[in-house]
Amino acid sequence: MDLSIIGAATINGLLMGGIYTLVASGLTLIYGVLHIINFAHGSLLMLAMFGVYYLLMKLGIDPYLSLIIMVPAMYVLGFYLYRFLIGKLSSGKDENILLITLGLSILIENLALMFFKGDSRTISLSYTDKMIEVGPSLVALPKLISFAAAMVLCALLGLLITRTDTGKAIRAVAKERMGARLVGIDVERVFAISFGIGLATLGAAACLLMPIFYVSPTTGHVFVMVAFTVVVLGGMGSFMGAVIGGLIVGLTESFGGLFLGESLGQIGISLIFILILLFRPSGLFGAKQ
Amino acid sequence: MNALSSRQSWFLHGGLLAIALIFPFVFNSPFAVNFGVLALFYAFIGQSWNIAGGFAGQLSFGHVAFFGVGAYASTIVQMRYGFSPWMGLPASALAGAVIGGVIAALSFRAGLKGSYFALITLAFAEVLRIIANSVEITGGGLGMLIPMKQTLANFQFSERIGFYFVILALTVVSVVLAIWLKNCRFGARLAAIRENEDAALALGINVFAEKIKIMMLSGAIGGVGGCFFAQYFLYIDPSIVFGVDKSVEMLLVSMIGGAGTVYGPLIGAVLLAGLSEYTRTVTSVQGLSLVLYGTLLVIIIAFLPNGLIDLFRRRKKLSAPAQSVLTKSTSRES
Repeated sequence: MDLSIIGAATINGLLMGGIYTLVASGLTLIYGVLHIINFAHGSLLMLAMFGVYYLLMKLGIDPYLSLIIMVPAMYVLGFYLYRFLIGKLSSGKDENILLITLGLSILIENLALMFFKGDSRTISLSYTDKMIEVGPSLVALPKLISFAAAMVLCALLGLLITRTDTGKAIRAVAKERMGARLVGIDVERVFAISFGIGLATLGAAACLLMPIFYVSPTTGHVFVMVAFTVVVLGGMGSFMGAVIGGLIVGLTESFGGLFLGESLGQIGISLIFILILLFRPSGLFGAKQ
Repeated sequence: MNALSSRQSWFLHGGLLAIALIFPFVFNSPFAVNFGVLALFYAFIGQSWNIAGGFAGQLSFGHVAFFGVGAYASTIVQMRYGFSPWMGLPASALAGAVIGGVIAALSFRAGLKGSYFALITLAFAEVLRIIANSVEITGGGLGMLIPMKQTLANFQFSERIGFYFVILALTVVSVVLAIWLKNCRFGARLAAIRENEDAALALGINVFAEKIKIMMLSGAIGGVGGCFFAQYFLYIDPSIVFGVDKSVEMLLVSMIGGAGTVYGPLIGAVLLAGLSEYTRTVTSVQGLSLVLYGTLLVIIIAFLPNGLIDLFRRRKKLSAPAQSVLTKSTSRES
């Protein structure tokens, strides 16, 4: 096989991996650290992407500028979604959270279908087609931006969790809920804050994704399985793991398509997910349990 | 059901069966019969999810794996090897049971429970979809078309009512299975596993083996559901018979009707079929029925953890003296 094709596939895989990391980073916090299984992660991303789309179409706000609107908006949505819906209604049971977020994802997706209709939308701006030379191949500028942003976002989340008081509280709640409550941490609030932060990263991901991806009510499907795979592969709660996991998944997809063909090539992601859960549930970088 | 005396219970079952038998003669328009077929079909595949997810507490998000494998097994047996389509029924049950056993053995050997099990079943279904999409024997992404030849020997009926009685018979079998599970030792062991797996283990229950058995049974039912689907619509392709939405529908009908109850899936299925037919014909707004269904799921998890069937039960419990409820529940455990 031609070396340049492999080079191109590598670069393409890494960039795709960056996108997956971006989407999965929030899930690493809410699923990986707090074990809240948010099955609506994909649909909430889709919702945020429609937000970015309409901010551009109706108000003419550039997707990258939308960051300062979408990130806090999604944080607030996440905080109250947990406070008044998910946390309240699930009575703290793992499986109830899974089912409630499933119900939410069905709800969000079909509301989107009702209001926005089923067709895919893309945006085109002066910079969306701008190409940059990277090694042997040309790469769209927004893809590079999203890649860099994914790395920065994971670094920021890692810092947040290790260096700030909020992060300390989140880790305390994750490790020992009762103990955290005893030392005066408002556990429910910490859950809501974490969920908010998780969704805030989705807001950021939506702004960075919109210039390179399409949005339709089913866009979330593309990312649900992938995001869970990245989190499990990287190791629960490890942001470093999310980066590496995302890149591995991106490369697997890219080379799977190259060697196994378009149809069978998609099998890699699901296989990784199954094999990791069966044989190494702590993931690559997770603490052994 | 437990609150009923055996005589009342015979009346209930007999009455339901009589209604189901008379239904297609009273409402004999193709539309109504089609509605009956769909409602029973959802009840049947919902029961497949229910005996694993409801009775044994093994929440799965990928039950469509069994459905799809059954659909392909029966169609391949018929189209590629020339067997009678009726042979598709045992073939699909076998295929569903095997896949159920394999998925269960792998996942439970690794100790996966709760949400981890739910997610890995989803991944297994996805793997099967991709395989069906890529290999030759399934016809790949183009799917398989079963030629139309409307004779009884060919599992096709010129009138929909034929299909109605086939799916009614299958549903009756599934309900009988569920009633048996409610009353037999095996079912009691499953309930123990659902309520507290560690305690069940401590009681000497072979948790691993019981869970594999129930997944095989559930898989067999799901597989037969796939066979019926293939014969009714005469066309299958990977994204239809391995699609996530079918998994979700199987889960929804039994969660909403009442997971772990005998008639939960039936109640949920009548509601699902009713809502989707109604919203499609009356409003023609895309997605509305699922919006209602998603909302219903959230409400049910929050307020009626045993599903809509609780609406009937609660009233009974309130009117019955507290004492009898207590003795009943303790006597069932012994």
